Amino acid sequence: MAEKKSIGKEFTKGLVAENPVFRLVLGTCPTLAVSTSVSSAIGMGIAATAVLVCSNIVISALRKVIPQKVRIPAYIVIIASFVTIIQLLVEAFVPALDSALGVYLPLIVVNCIILGRAEAFASKNSVLASAVDGLGMGIGFTAALFLMSTVREILGSGTFLSGIKDLLAVFSGDIQFNGFTIPFLNENPLTIFVLAPGGFFVFGIMIALSNKLAERNGKPKAELNGCASCPMASSCALIADGKKCEEADAK
Amino acid sequence: MKIALSLLLTAILTNNFILCKFLGICPFLGVSKKLNTAVGMSAAVIFVMVLATAVTYPINLLLKANSLEYLQTIVFILVIAALVQLVEIVLKKYMVSLYNALGIYLPLITTNCAVLGVVLLNIDNGYNFWQSIVYSLGGGIGFMVAMVMFAGVRERLEGCDIPKALQGLPITLVAASIVSMSFLGFAGLVDNMFA
Repeated sequence: MAEKKSIGKEFTKGLVAENPVFRLVLGTCPTLAVSTSVSSAIGMGIAATAVLVCSNIVISALRKVIPQKVRIPAYIVIIASFVTIIQLLVEAFVPALDSALGVYLPLIVVNCIILGRAEAFASKNSVLASAVDGLGMGIGFTAALFLMSTVREILGSGTFLSGIKDLLAVFSGDIQFNGFTIPFLNENPLTIFVLAPGGFFVFGIMIALSNKLAERNGKPKAELNGCASCPMASSCALIADGKKCEEADAK
Repeated sequence: MKIALSLLLTAILTNNFILCKFLGICPFLGVSKKLNTAVGMSAAVIFVMVLATAVTYPINLLLKANSLEYLQTIVFILVIAALVQLVEIVLKKYMVSLYNALGIYLPLITTNCAVLGVVLLNIDNGYNFWQSIVYSLGGGIGFMVAMVMFAGVRERLEGCDIPKALQGLPITLVAASIVSMSFLGFAGLVDNMFA
């Protein structure tokens, strides 16, 4: 029973309390880059979740085999293999998504969420717990992308779920639904929101809101503390022996 | 020459890696607190970006010749990781002063998406060897410009009276938004210059 309860917790923590994007501030690059439209955000979320779950399972299964010293390169190879698989699948079945995500699809390899979870969770926990953790974190990532892209797409293009047809075409080719148009905003879109500045702005406001909520629940606010939040921190020899990173900050 | 200059300007100003393409946001937000760190980090990034491009270009030709393009992602990330390690060892042994300046930042660059990003973008855009090198150099310089500018902005932010919920990361992102907006002003610049 206790086991079941903790598994449930591993799943839900990724959604809100330890949401990778808003609470742990990981994977900022894809969050900002692909959140211009809801359908590409959902596509990115699903792709990253698939990689996260698969790599978490394999890394956790191999956690006793992989030598401590070469674990980061080993993790990167495992993650890169799954990214390649997903990339080929997307290219074959959802070519529209492939062109929408462009270079950000192969860049899932260096998404800090995936390496971060491998290092912080999968390398220490059982296969089942790691799979559930990956799923929770992946869905939390997707939800955050969904929120960001909803705001940006509605304000910036005056549409919602535009281009979703290409995603749904995987299940059935004859779905005609292709999103909504927002009456007034569609004619007068605030284009800045789909451009780069809008991405930073919406993300900043979202973090501020999540900090406000966290404060109300007595949780610390989200912070990006230079090297400390980097998934490489524990493997970075220079940081490990003598806090060189803080020295560098102070210099 | 004209092409090289337009590539360089595009990568630095109109398609700035950080502010327009969102590549390398982690170091941008993480190590831009102090000017010195920002300069050191970006110098290391420029160095690794150009080197990684020079090394991956022939490897990509090799992959293409054997029609193994689908291995690009996995091969490139490994090459970059190995390269960073190698550079660290070589610098430590032969160029101590450079190592002291850049060494700290090198391990962090392996998972910097700007480095893998520039390598993949060069291939996607179909650049030849010299164009790739110039584009990487431009990307790296653009990275440095953004980092240094933003370090200045952040130092000014320290003394400001900021609403409590916005303190820390949120106000940093809003400031980044404004800096990025200023880069929108360069849109069309390169096209008009070389038209």
